[in-house]
Amino acid sequence: MTLAITEDMALPKKRSRILTKFLKHRSALLGAGIVLFFVLIAIAAPLLAPFDPVKPSFSTIRKPPSALFWFGTDELGRDVFSRMLWGARASLSAGVISVSIAVFLGVPFGLVSGYFGGWIDAVISRSTEAMLAIPFLIFAIALAAFLGPSLSNAMIAIGLSAMPIFIRLTRGQVLSIKAEDYVEGARAIGLPDFWIIVRYILPNVVPPILVQATLTIASAIIAEASLSFLGLGQQPPNPSWGSMLNTAKNFMDQAPWMSFFPGIAIFLIVLGFNLLGDGLRDALDPREN
Amino acid sequence: MTAVAPDPILEGIDLVKRFGGGGLLASPTIVHAVDSVSLSIRRGETFAIVGESGCGKSTLGRLLLRLIEPTAGDIRYEGRSILSLDPKEMRQLRRELQIIFQDPFASLNPRMTVGDIIGEPIWLHGLAKGSERRERIAELLRTVGLLPAHVDRYPHEFSGGQRQRIGVARALAGEPKLIIGDEPVSALDVSIQAQIINLLEDLKERFGLTLVIIAHDLAVIRHMSDRVAVMYLGEIVEFSTTDELFDNPLHPYTQALLTAIPVPSPVNRSPKPLLQGDVPSPTAPPSGCRFHTRCPHARPICKEQHPSLETAGDGRKVACHFWREIQNAGASALSASPQSAALAKRMALYTSWRERQDQVTNPSRK
Repeated sequence: MTLAITEDMALPKKRSRILTKFLKHRSALLGAGIVLFFVLIAIAAPLLAPFDPVKPSFSTIRKPPSALFWFGTDELGRDVFSRMLWGARASLSAGVISVSIAVFLGVPFGLVSGYFGGWIDAVISRSTEAMLAIPFLIFAIALAAFLGPSLSNAMIAIGLSAMPIFIRLTRGQVLSIKAEDYVEGARAIGLPDFWIIVRYILPNVVPPILVQATLTIASAIIAEASLSFLGLGQQPPNPSWGSMLNTAKNFMDQAPWMSFFPGIAIFLIVLGFNLLGDGLRDALDPREN
Repeated sequence: MTAVAPDPILEGIDLVKRFGGGGLLASPTIVHAVDSVSLSIRRGETFAIVGESGCGKSTLGRLLLRLIEPTAGDIRYEGRSILSLDPKEMRQLRRELQIIFQDPFASLNPRMTVGDIIGEPIWLHGLAKGSERRERIAELLRTVGLLPAHVDRYPHEFSGGQRQRIGVARALAGEPKLIIGDEPVSALDVSIQAQIINLLEDLKERFGLTLVIIAHDLAVIRHMSDRVAVMYLGEIVEFSTTDELFDNPLHPYTQALLTAIPVPSPVNRSPKPLLQGDVPSPTAPPSGCRFHTRCPHARPICKEQHPSLETAGDGRKVACHFWREIQNAGASALSASPQSAALAKRMALYTSWRERQDQVTNPSRK
């Protein structure tokens, strides 16, 4: 057998290989492109928006799309296009920040719970189950109402409500990885628990968490829309895609453009995050080529 | 077979491991995986633990490395108990006690490169840094018959035999004194098995290692080991040097195991008295002698009285009430047939070929 291994090819380093694989993944690039596009729009909103997003103009109420108002105007005469550019900020940050809160709190809890087991696991698991017993949106609404109406409180509320999903997912992954021989092998060389978690457990639980996170960003954007509708999220007159959509549903017959464009935007950003997540998962998996 | 001075490196004293039971919501069934096992492994020897699946041999291996905590008993490494060590001292000691796993596809982290896998013990125990560490990794890869260019690859890019070599290199990286091989070759196909066995033997010689081989394959044991412990349902039923065990097995279970070895000879086709039934469940081990349910020589006393391990001359031990009588009942006919002249000739040809190959691929070794 020693004879068979004679080719001596220089292989690229780990990081550049992940990048190369990601760059070859077409749908991942498309997803990254969409996400990047919306992020840039959100950042550049003040420069791009042709009109003030919050100032009502009663001479231009519910005008259909035209050369002047690309996406039409809403029930207070505000330019839908400008409001969408500004609304990208609220929607994107609601999605990303709330899911970050959920991931950064949920994953450590899940790791500790799954890895150490015992009474810590019992306490964390039972609490997680109690939280999961309450529907996601109801829980978020209750938390947001408790914290007080504002966009940042809405994000915290959504993040905390999404956290149990990540605790449970991480815990399940840890339990299956922990039983692998290579984890026992790591203990056999004397590796401390911290390093076993960082080097052996975490890298092997990241891919499903990544996919779950992209899906949760989608639900978080929609949850922010619901909270805004109830007056618990983005405060009027400031725009977010969700609040625009919720207002627009009252004018579906008279002004369909009011709901069409924010709806398309939510659809695209959710698609973008999903494609990006799939691509990242494939690129991070050393077994797939 | 080398003569070894009886200098114990690792000892298990009355080791007991039970799984299950305890706790309010835990399952009430208790698995008696290992039951008062005592053994003493001598420095520099190859010690084998054999038995059927589920007899507790892997559990015993993990107990000896304290990868799982024993329910009762003590483990002594170089004369001192390792159960009283705190986690930090234990981690430092782990450098000297290593394990090679059965399944080469499950025993390597799929997300680490070969260099990281082998370099980890070197980094962890601060044995070398920077370019010196890279040189050590390259040297280890050469030692186990892989190429230094393989450091940046991932485990999935290798075959089973190559992965097992990576596992061996990782076990060697901490410069251990003792390596436990938990069925190190049973997941590999036969031609690769021989390579890994030869590699382990070479390394043992080169680095003065003590090997503990856990196996169910008696051919592997016969080839490699100096002494053997035969396990049945969590207990050791016979201790012996390898040659004596194969020439004259004392315990009826050992005799049955040896009978089960296929004899590659068309002349020898007489039907063999094989063991009937399965190993009883370790959740409810039989009373008295645990083997009495399957033993062809069982008598009423075997059901009631548990036989202790008694000395049977020349360092041998056996746990059977009637081993003297059984021995005289023609059990020696069960011993394996000697090698034929033709086979010996082919083996000699193979051995010389292998030595030549070693010199071609690995000139630095000689």
